Amino acid sequence: MIAGPIAAADWLVIAPVLLPIVAGAVLLMIRHNVRWHALLALVVLAAMAGTNGLLLRMVLDKGPVSMTMGSWLPPFGISFTVDALGAAFSLTASIVALVCCAYSVRDVDATGRRYGFYPFLMLMMAGVSGAFLTGDMFNLYVWFEVFLISSFGLLILGSEKAQIDGATKYAILNLVGTTLFLIATGYLYGTFGTLNMADLATKAGQIGEAAPLMTLATLYLLAFSMKAAAFPLNFWLPASYHTPPVITGALFGGLLTKVGIYALLRTLVMIFAAERLVLAGVIGWVAVATMLIGALGALAQSDIRRIAGFLVISGVGIMLAGIALGSSGGLSGAIFYALHSMLALSALYLLGGLMRQRGGSFSLHRLSGLYGASPILAGLAFIVSLAVAGLPPGSGLWPKVMLVRAALDVGAWQIAAAILLSGFLATIALGRVFILAFWRVEVSGDQTTTAGALSALGCTALVVLVLAMLAMGIAPEPFIRIATTAASGLLDASAYVHAVFPAGIGS
Amino acid sequence: MQTLIFRTATPFLTCLMLMFSVFVLLRGHNEPGGGFTGGLIAASAFAIHGIAFGVPAVRRALYFHPMAIAGFGLFASAVAGLPSLLFGMPFLTGLWSAPSLFGMSVDLSTVMVFDIGVYLVVVGSFTSIALALEDREHD
Repeated sequence: MIAGPIAAADWLVIAPVLLPIVAGAVLLMIRHNVRWHALLALVVLAAMAGTNGLLLRMVLDKGPVSMTMGSWLPPFGISFTVDALGAAFSLTASIVALVCCAYSVRDVDATGRRYGFYPFLMLMMAGVSGAFLTGDMFNLYVWFEVFLISSFGLLILGSEKAQIDGATKYAILNLVGTTLFLIATGYLYGTFGTLNMADLATKAGQIGEAAPLMTLATLYLLAFSMKAAAFPLNFWLPASYHTPPVITGALFGGLLTKVGIYALLRTLVMIFAAERLVLAGVIGWVAVATMLIGALGALAQSDIRRIAGFLVISGVGIMLAGIALGSSGGLSGAIFYALHSMLALSALYLLGGLMRQRGGSFSLHRLSGLYGASPILAGLAFIVSLAVAGLPPGSGLWPKVMLVRAALDVGAWQIAAAILLSGFLATIALGRVFILAFWRVEVSGDQTTTAGALSALGCTALVVLVLAMLAMGIAPEPFIRIATTAASGLLDASAYVHAVFPAGIGS
Repeated sequence: MQTLIFRTATPFLTCLMLMFSVFVLLRGHNEPGGGFTGGLIAASAFAIHGIAFGVPAVRRALYFHPMAIAGFGLFASAVAGLPSLLFGMPFLTGLWSAPSLFGMSVDLSTVMVFDIGVYLVVVGSFTSIALALEDREHD
């Protein structure tokens, strides 16, 4: 029953989850010593990014790695199994969280700290990394709950009326989603007698018509689409993401919907590959609708945070398009787009926060003359807008090129057209922000707004994200390579299965 | 609550429930019970105490803030998985030792530390919720 000794390097698999859990626990214990919170959080997030980087390098060098907790043998123990997909997502998430945490040092006031912004942030990051790294279906559910509960805490920090209102919608929809996820997982266990993803990936192909796999795949599609805010289950996102402090919006918009996309990739592409093929048409149209609804919604809004919320939805549609295509090119495009989107959408929220610092408002009716007031911010805003809209030299271009090509290869013209059209609409929406907030001559008269100086730390945080996006846009080859490795790992799970069961299943 | 019977009985009940919760916690390794169940019993003991003598009395008696207790529990549970690193085993592998104490062998293990951590998480978080609810009654 006891497996042989393992190398200390294998502990990298668990380190990105263990670090934030321990840090969150310590922060809970020193809840009232708020001076240490930000510093400890920054150090731990930097350590997380470091371990995630090492993990990604190890996975790219040696293929997927796995560790089963407590020396139990898989599939009975809970395995953490990391392939290029999980490691790349986890690394990007920890970098975004690190940058957001640096921004938050000036943005979160003493009350927010006493109510536990940093402990919640740590536990949310534990949940997000856990979801990316785990190799067990029920464990994935547990990590979903961990980051959901922490995100409830972050969402209502400050207890304003609008926040409670937004949080109610967020909480109810997400609880329905996770309940569906739990039901599907119970059903899955009843059908297969196992929850280990590697085991499932093998058995789902063999069980054939003997089990209601279509029901399972559809349930998972519904549950995770709800979490990812895909049409028609997207309305909770713009209703809630603009209510908390901008830093919380940046974290949620950057990371949480991507966990839904990740879970969809894992279940529908790796485990239920045959069922995904049947559902591809539905997913394709859902993707088209999500892209367009998101982009149109962004056009109709005048609050920068709401515009960012709708652009998050539009991006979810683009990633779903890759899942609908299911080819190597489509999946790599979707994975690359997810990595880009974590950076770009967080950057967009941070940009909103900085515009508010300088111009005193989130509303396009009030913001004006920022170009004269702060040329640096205007430059950053220009690059962020290009990246989010998918124009060169931003990072959004290449994944969209990959997706459009993959769509045209199989003649899915509606997907290709929707990607291009939604990019066009997003360009107009962000161009509108730029024209009104930056180029418009300062509107005088209404002096209720409180303009101030930009915080240097906040600007640095945004600059880091902008540099990362430019690197992705100008030198995309390494990222494309990672995305392609990740996609081929999903399409052919044999290396993933071999990492969990070195001696083969059933021996 | 100002009932004489309730106020007289509560200290005994609280003591009994706390002792029983530790018993349930320790017996839980091989039999029904464990950290979660034990923690719930202990949290209900504090809740009863709060109903009888008021929330400030419980907070004074606990000394630490309930959330800090929960934080320490989480810390203990997470750290309980670490010693297996030294032995080249995966995270959370149970390590046992049975030192002899007054002629009796006592089984100590990292599993027990983990379970005590769970106990403290449950005690801390549920007491926190219960006390917050009882606080509101007087508003």
